[in-house]
Amino acid sequence: MSTEAPGPAALAKPQSLGELFWAFTRLAMQGFGGVLAISQRELVERLRWMSKEDFVETLAIAQVLPGPNVVNLSMMVGDRYFGFRGAFVALAGMLLLPAIVVLVLAALYGQVSHHPVVVNALRGMGTVAAGLVLATGIKLLPALRKNPLGRPVALTLAAATFGLIALLRLPLPLVILGLGTVGMALAWRALKP
Amino acid sequence: MNEWLAAWSNPQLVGLFFHFLTLSLLSIGGAITTVPEMHRFLVEQQGWLSETQFSASIGLAQAAPGPNLLFVAVLGWNVAGLPGATASMAGILLPSTCLVLAATRWARANRERREVRAFSAGMVPLTLGLMVATGWLLALPFVRVEAHRWGTLALVALTVLLVLRTRLGLVWMVLGGGVLGALGVV
Repeated sequence: MSTEAPGPAALAKPQSLGELFWAFTRLAMQGFGGVLAISQRELVERLRWMSKEDFVETLAIAQVLPGPNVVNLSMMVGDRYFGFRGAFVALAGMLLLPAIVVLVLAALYGQVSHHPVVVNALRGMGTVAAGLVLATGIKLLPALRKNPLGRPVALTLAAATFGLIALLRLPLPLVILGLGTVGMALAWRALKP
Repeated sequence: MNEWLAAWSNPQLVGLFFHFLTLSLLSIGGAITTVPEMHRFLVEQQGWLSETQFSASIGLAQAAPGPNLLFVAVLGWNVAGLPGATASMAGILLPSTCLVLAATRWARANRERREVRAFSAGMVPLTLGLMVATGWLLALPFVRVEAHRWGTLALVALTVLLVLRTRLGLVWMVLGGGVLGALGVV
């Protein structure tokens, strides 16, 4: 595993709408308990469509817009290569097959949902899913190296976000409005031409 | 045509569609943030779902592959079958996808502008902090149960280590976690 971000020359891109569709279907079908961790693994490490920095920046925009981050991210990636068609194909890839699977499960679920083995297995899977998101966050921290804010300030903002959301349990829109404004104001100053 | 007219005269489908439509633009940070409002509407106000059905729908979608957003499809399914799932998903997706496309295109066309660069540079640290916070909050309910505390912490630590140090497929890790859970190890 290389920790160096591939340069623009090393980046690949999807050749067709079909490839785009299946890339997102493959990604979504591997996403048990959330798709964020697997999105990073697939888009940055396996397919190399995005650099680490690009992934985090796109996700940052996906985050402040309404709708699930990863669903927004898929549309932004699809739009980049094939315009509106790409956005909808990526969205369909992300949702279609997983929706069929989850609805079939919903139809069957009633009979097994309270079986202790199922409850325990779901807890084990949920625990690993938590670890995956945590690890992805840690893995992407080096993307802050190139941030115009400078690493110490960027890391402080990241730590403050963790504290406000995870420990104080403040609502996300409030944190984005408060800390986000601080971050943007500092970045605005740092980017002074 | 007749089916469409029938669908539009079905109060449940129309109700689902417009309820999720209004929540779409409020779902900053994901549809999961609007769960309390969905609960108020579907369980308390309309009585279309029981308490158990409601939480089971969300738990199921989170365990199944795919974006967690699909819990909206399961809620709709449990109210009114496949048409219910379709109406709910259309409602939650329509406004937010339009906004995302418009905003993305604008940001890309203006990406060299100082305000756009300041926006993403200022938001990226929050995104990473939020990701770590999400992992923490997902593990918290399991850590709170005395009997599972140390097993949960050990499994989270093992997962982080495997992700950072190996190329092992993430699916295998999740399935492994399921097996360990089923065996009663964690």
